[in-house]
Amino acid sequence: MDALSTSIIDLRDVVAVYNGYPALAGASLSVEKGEIVLLQGPNGAGKSTLLRLCAGLLPVERGTAFVLGCNVQNERERIRSRVGLLGHNNGLYADLSIADNISFWASMVGALQSEIDAAMSRMGIDGSLASRSVGNLSAGQKRRCALACLIVRRAELWLLDEPHAGLDAKGRDEIDAILREASQLGATIVVASHEVERAQHLATRNVAVVAGRVQERS
Amino acid sequence: MNSTAVRSVGTPSTRLFGLLAIVCMTWVVVGGLFFTPADLNQGESVRIMYVHVPTAWVAYLAFIVTGVASAMFMFGKRHSLGFDRVAGASAEVGLMFMAITLISGSLWGRLTWGTFWEWDPRLTTTAFLFVTYLGYMAVRGLGGSPQQRARRSAVVAMLAVLEIPLVHFSVVMWRSLHQRASVLSTDGDIKMDGLMLTTLFVGVIGFTCTFAWLVSHRQRVMAMRDILLATQLDSALNERIAEGSQS
Amino acid sequence: MSTSPNIARVARVVAAKDLRIEMRSHIVVQQVLPFAGLVMVMFAFALDNDDVLQRVAGGLVWLATLFSLFIVVQRSYAIETSDGALDALRVAGVDSQGIFLGKSAALFVQLITLEMLLFVLAVVLYQVQLSLAGLVLLVTCVLCATAGLAFVGTLYGGLTAGARGRETLLPLLLLPVVAPVVLSATRATESAFLSGGAVLADGWPWVGVLAVFAALFGIGGLLSFGALIEE
Repeated sequence: MDALSTSIIDLRDVVAVYNGYPALAGASLSVEKGEIVLLQGPNGAGKSTLLRLCAGLLPVERGTAFVLGCNVQNERERIRSRVGLLGHNNGLYADLSIADNISFWASMVGALQSEIDAAMSRMGIDGSLASRSVGNLSAGQKRRCALACLIVRRAELWLLDEPHAGLDAKGRDEIDAILREASQLGATIVVASHEVERAQHLATRNVAVVAGRVQERS
Repeated sequence: MNSTAVRSVGTPSTRLFGLLAIVCMTWVVVGGLFFTPADLNQGESVRIMYVHVPTAWVAYLAFIVTGVASAMFMFGKRHSLGFDRVAGASAEVGLMFMAITLISGSLWGRLTWGTFWEWDPRLTTTAFLFVTYLGYMAVRGLGGSPQQRARRSAVVAMLAVLEIPLVHFSVVMWRSLHQRASVLSTDGDIKMDGLMLTTLFVGVIGFTCTFAWLVSHRQRVMAMRDILLATQLDSALNERIAEGSQS
Repeated sequence: MSTSPNIARVARVVAAKDLRIEMRSHIVVQQVLPFAGLVMVMFAFALDNDDVLQRVAGGLVWLATLFSLFIVVQRSYAIETSDGALDALRVAGVDSQGIFLGKSAALFVQLITLEMLLFVLAVVLYQVQLSLAGLVLLVTCVLCATAGLAFVGTLYGGLTAGARGRETLLPLLLLPVVAPVVLSATRATESAFLSGGAVLADGWPWVGVLAVFAALFGIGGLLSFGALIEE
């Protein structure tokens, strides 16, 4: 079973259950290093569940799931520090400023100040914005802060759930540029998005998630 | 998936326990109420002892069983859910025995000292045990997959094993400050003759068999429910796949 | 490649973050402290007897601390769950033992601040007397008791954080567990205040119980926190 896990993600007939409901009903997906994979599908299809499973947040009910060579069923801790998940929530502390939130994560991984500055400038966060408290920001600004935290964490696998949501056109272009750059630097990226046209420019591969299962598209 | 209908959860071993329990309990009821003598000091109220002492013993047995089963779940190689079920069943049944212990102890105290409650270490610790296990059952009801529920509950049970002796110890220390402690236990001044002792012993066996019988059956019902959930998951899966192929 | 941070660093960063949030939001200072103060006043209304109040002052302070504990613990986790920050910490594989120590440390600081106020109020409202030797006993008692409360609060707070219908579980789970702390801390405090003929020397065994409690639940918490916050 381990021989084939040179893939970054290797899911086979995975069933994931949420309160008795099979959010993933036999999903199979294989993602190689350096790919940018787009997950499309209607609401409730299971895209978010798939991402959370790959992040090691959910148990595997049936099937096998390997992420970064580790078995999701019993080696979840080893996956986690190498994966970055940006879900529906931003994972931010509302009472702290953007700068505080980013340095919190930076301190956690031992990132340098230069990396913090680089992350902030790439997400278009200038000095005055950085010192504002997160609770007072717009959805798009919070998203950018969350992405800056993700960059600072230097994850090998990025799992993004609707990263473009709440951003204007310029913001979305910036996100795409960052994702391409991260991919070139060796990160593997899986994006769930409604924005089909935009994401198709970005992605190396398109995949549809329907009723808890995965269907390849060209 | 095994879909054979099961008519009962009884097996030869549980039937043996059940029979033994019935025999012992009959002896205790008949002997305790009619044939054993009344106590010199306490009079007829000593008969509550035949209920209170065995149920107290079983209550603490249940606590130990839950703790041990939880530890075996957490530290066993296979993390077998069977241990989790035993832990849960033992806690559920134990709660009932704890309640009986408290009520019978309270009534006995009323008859012996005139008050429904004294800060006797054994009674106080049992009260804490009761509330702690109420909390444990609430944690078991929090939802999530069986594995998640089992892990969480096992940790809470093992923390309870840490907490209850601390509670008992601090209450003992507390009551030793108050001079009346030495005469406070309800069974302190009973002179036990042969028949009383035997009936008490039979009572302990009877209540323990009842406990074992109840826990086995409860555990099996829980296992059946887990099988049912798995079957329901199968049909939910099929539905979801069907809905997928329609679109 | 992300580096796995060690426990001490995680604890330091998490504790600093929690305390920084409190310094920005002032929730404990502006809401919990007044609440606790009012509880002390309510005790005076309910008990309406200066001699009784002076005699039981130790117990009242710890009761007020207990009630405030629930609120402070729930606040400690509200900041983590409102935007999924705790989830983010789990996904990032941040060492759960470090999170436990960090949050316990921050909780400890907040509780100590609260207790200092309550003891001042006890002196003011209930006319409690305190000697220097009594002060030594009291400080030791407070440090040990608060450590125990901080560990236990962080532990069970983590279990009950987040999901609907879980927060109400916190008092039910916490109260039986902190009972030895309330019992022992009150006895030690009464010895420090020399209430009702208590002797100073009698307080030290109770401080011993508090220290054992803190040690047991500190270690127990370190071992079990990870399993409790897991989804």
